[in-house]
Amino acid sequence: MATHEFAAEASHAHAAPQGFIRKWIFSLDHKVIGLQYFFLALASVCVGMFLSLLMRIHLIWPTAVLPFLGEIKPETYLSLVTMHGTIMVFFVLTTAPQAGFGNYFLPIQIGAPDMAFPVLNMLSFWTTFLAFVAAVTTFFVIGGAPLHGWTGYPPLSALQAAGPGEGLGADLWAISIALFCVASLMGALNFITTTLDMRAKGMSLMRMPLTCWAWFLTAVLGLLAFGVLLSACILLLMDRNIGTSFFVPLGTINGQVTAHKGGSPLLWQHLFWFFGHPEVYIAILPAMGICSQVLSVASRKPAFSYKAILLSMLSIVTLSFTVWGHHMFISGMSPYSAYGFSITTMAITVPSAILTFCWLATLWRGKIQFTAPALFGIGFVSLFVSGGVTGPFLAQPALDIPLHDTYFVTGHFHLIMGVASIFGIFAATYYWLPKMFGRMFNEKLARLHFWVSFAGTYAIFMPMHYLGLAGHPRRYSQLTEVGFLHDLIPLQKFITFAAFITIAGQLIFLVNLFWSLKFGAKASDNPWEATTLEWTTATPPPHDNFGGHTPVVYNGPYEYSVPGAPRDYVMQTDPEIEPAH
Amino acid sequence: MGLVLLIVICIITFTSIFFFLARTWWFPAGAAAAAAALDHQFVNTGVAMGIAFVVAQVGLGLILWKYRDRGSSGGAQYYSGETHSEILVIVLAAIGFMAMDIGVDVLGGHLWAAERFRPAEAGATKVEVNAMQFAWYFRYPGPDGKFGATTPELEDASSGGEGAIGLDSRDPAAKDDIVSGIMVVPVNREVEVILRAHDVVHSFAVPAMRFKQDAVPGLAIHMHFTPTRTGDFELLCSQLCGLGHYKMHGIVRVVTNEEFDKWLAAREAEKQ
Amino acid sequence: MASFTTTAPVNVPEISLSEGGRPDRTRLRRARLGLIVAVTPILMLFVSFTSAYIVRQGLPTFDPRTNSLIRDWIPVRLPSILLVNTCVLLLSSVGMELARRQIKNEAAFASAAPNPAVSPTKAKGLPWLSMTLVLGLLFLFGQWTAWRQLAANGFHVATTPSSSFIYLLTGAHAIHLIGGVIALFVACVASSLHRPATTRSIVVDITSWYWHFMAVLWVYILCLLKFAS
Repeated sequence: MATHEFAAEASHAHAAPQGFIRKWIFSLDHKVIGLQYFFLALASVCVGMFLSLLMRIHLIWPTAVLPFLGEIKPETYLSLVTMHGTIMVFFVLTTAPQAGFGNYFLPIQIGAPDMAFPVLNMLSFWTTFLAFVAAVTTFFVIGGAPLHGWTGYPPLSALQAAGPGEGLGADLWAISIALFCVASLMGALNFITTTLDMRAKGMSLMRMPLTCWAWFLTAVLGLLAFGVLLSACILLLMDRNIGTSFFVPLGTINGQVTAHKGGSPLLWQHLFWFFGHPEVYIAILPAMGICSQVLSVASRKPAFSYKAILLSMLSIVTLSFTVWGHHMFISGMSPYSAYGFSITTMAITVPSAILTFCWLATLWRGKIQFTAPALFGIGFVSLFVSGGVTGPFLAQPALDIPLHDTYFVTGHFHLIMGVASIFGIFAATYYWLPKMFGRMFNEKLARLHFWVSFAGTYAIFMPMHYLGLAGHPRRYSQLTEVGFLHDLIPLQKFITFAAFITIAGQLIFLVNLFWSLKFGAKASDNPWEATTLEWTTATPPPHDNFGGHTPVVYNGPYEYSVPGAPRDYVMQTDPEIEPAH
Repeated sequence: MGLVLLIVICIITFTSIFFFLARTWWFPAGAAAAAAALDHQFVNTGVAMGIAFVVAQVGLGLILWKYRDRGSSGGAQYYSGETHSEILVIVLAAIGFMAMDIGVDVLGGHLWAAERFRPAEAGATKVEVNAMQFAWYFRYPGPDGKFGATTPELEDASSGGEGAIGLDSRDPAAKDDIVSGIMVVPVNREVEVILRAHDVVHSFAVPAMRFKQDAVPGLAIHMHFTPTRTGDFELLCSQLCGLGHYKMHGIVRVVTNEEFDKWLAAREAEKQ
Repeated sequence: MASFTTTAPVNVPEISLSEGGRPDRTRLRRARLGLIVAVTPILMLFVSFTSAYIVRQGLPTFDPRTNSLIRDWIPVRLPSILLVNTCVLLLSSVGMELARRQIKNEAAFASAAPNPAVSPTKAKGLPWLSMTLVLGLLFLFGQWTAWRQLAANGFHVATTPSSSFIYLLTGAHAIHLIGGVIALFVACVASSLHRPATTRSIVVDITSWYWHFMAVLWVYILCLLKFAS
């Protein structure tokens, strides 16, 4: 039969590699690469969280002398702030949900044996790894890590004399980001080509799980946005090292007149935020896809509604390139364009609201099972709402005036981008751990992890809004020396203690993860009774994903509780049951 | 579990709302003409968003409780494709949100326009705000009403205000310029600030005046506001500018017209 | 409402396979799709540089000495060798296209007579490929000469904003073209080593479209530097 030819094709093209190096180091297998990204993101989040722990300690005990690290000076605090942001945004939020889980599960969920360009995939991981090494190295070079914030506004980031860490550290930072851009572009190339060209028979675009759509659209965002960030980094490195004046005007620094003239700091801001706003959607879209997926599985109901969720994601992708100026309302840019950006920003709240509505509607009239993935999916919805409702304040330029560069903004973006996305990553981890490693995690520990994280992150980031209202600026390192902030220090103390507890709670996750890998109960092939293709194959999936045969798809991805069906779920590959579509 | 989630979500929601309603931590008392309208717009937005917040969160909690799997034999509600009622609900939600957005934007937009689309009035008190690592200096044009030239080469922070901003005494217009470490302005008269930065991007933020504007090197940005109360008001740098960012604060001292004229006259006399 | 219908067993059509196990037109389609996707961020990079160029050109900067805004854009006269280089690059594009078509025919012929051990037309496309490679290297050398001429006239990368952009745009283009040159070199080597015609055809196809893109991009950069000054 003709399927034999496919089988021959599959096994011929994908003979499993031998040897440790080819199997685990320079593997071309998308599953191994996905795991490499996952563990890189895990290491990054530990570093990023550690940096934030030091930040929180310093804020309320600025003169504390810490073991090994000594006292944290103001410039060190700012380096922590900079690298915390850089590492978290790039190496955690842009890596784990997309490059980690996407690499692992996109090909499987669409029925492909691998990504379109496996060698490129391998190169993209190692380039990301190199970028991470460059980022971490900034702490260990002369001058230390840069202090200009993850947003890196010049001239502060463009003049080597502008502060400690702005020498070699800032160069390494820019190089790290440039490398990350290149790596992400390579990854986006693979995701897009694979989704468009390698779907199995019967897997039409509208039968793809929403996770695949999310990964695909995230890759499109990245494809268009990372080139712009790369260009900005190139121009910055040129200004820093060969004396050009793209971003630096005439002025003085540290008592010396600069050698530059005529450059525009606003040019950097435009280029950075043209990338920066799509970047926040890159961070959140995969989590949206995962949330749609786990909520549907948990409710035993089709995701409500496939088309609305898809259309909303598409609108977000399109609109995300039109809103970047809302980061720059008071930057000195034209107030007329500020008003225009305000309108587009308000417009982008509409698809976000529709998505929230769809997730609620997925749960409505469902039969909700509170598994760990479900809990984190639910947490995601709550956090998305909380972070989302503070957006319309900041979207109005007039209201942005008192709130810009205060802790109100910090609270807003941590809730909606940071924590919501992290909850998406946790949901994905608990959901797919059984498939990736063949082990179940400990359910009790997972629930404890959820509760500590859910309550803890609210306790950390909700009070930041109040700080912002009171006028507390961001990135201030010595709170006790600022009289204006005296009354707000108790609230900062509360936040720090909430952070201690929440960070400690993440140890529960780490213990659960590593313990389960070794000692967890063996997982069946489909422990969640879900319908998508990864649950049709062995656990963990074989080298070519489907053990020599190519799946054929008959159904959509959310056929749960189909009336009259023998079970409350119908696999996508199940030909006997064809719901009327 | 569903009930626990509902309870926790409600606790989080209502605790958060409480502190907003109680204004436990709130904007400082307004001291500028724009403050009242801006605060009002904030409250409007807060009400709209607060309602959305409560409805969504409590709705989530209730759904989790009501539709938890009780182990009964009934299944979840299946549907295939989008039925008319579902499309209707989505469209209504979209329209509702768009209406809220437009309403909020239209209301808030004129506040922005009033402050930023028009230049300062003639006769406004002119103050040039000079931002540098890590101090603020304020320059008044003096009796000739003109700001003299400055050059980066002449900047010398150790020699006081005029040296710090690099005042070029060769320029005749610079001879009567007054440089102060505190921004003194008269009450109930529009102040035109010309924002300049000498090294990196800073931001001139006066929370009580609900005023904030970045000072960008290479630009001289003209803005205006009208103080309506006398007193000393905190000025905070609000754009990361280096290791001293936190200590770059200043004072905006709003005085009566007579006091301002006296202060200005005294400073001008010093220049003779 | 759902209903049960038994679907007929799936009929998978006969597909002609070549080496690697995948149908040739699939490999070509996938490679071409990959190229279109890959070219997009390169385009965005140059779109970004263009917007920086336009903004910088029109941007006034505050001169504290006169308390006024001044414009400091001085256009730089472009070395005339750039026009020569353009002709060289366009010529190389022609050669590249000829090579692509020739190898495509060779591959079609080879798959019609499916004996992969025998390659009946021995590396026919090689002369055109080599010509393109030589012209490409000539273009790069010409760009280098243009840089030396600019420097000799006192315009280094940091001299004026306009000279910065000339070096930036030509340099970024040259780096990307070097990527194309490497691909060309690989294609030449594959040809001379008599790799299977279908694989060579795909490599040359992708390289040629990339090459044409580089040529069009160069013309765009030249026009931008010349006319938007």
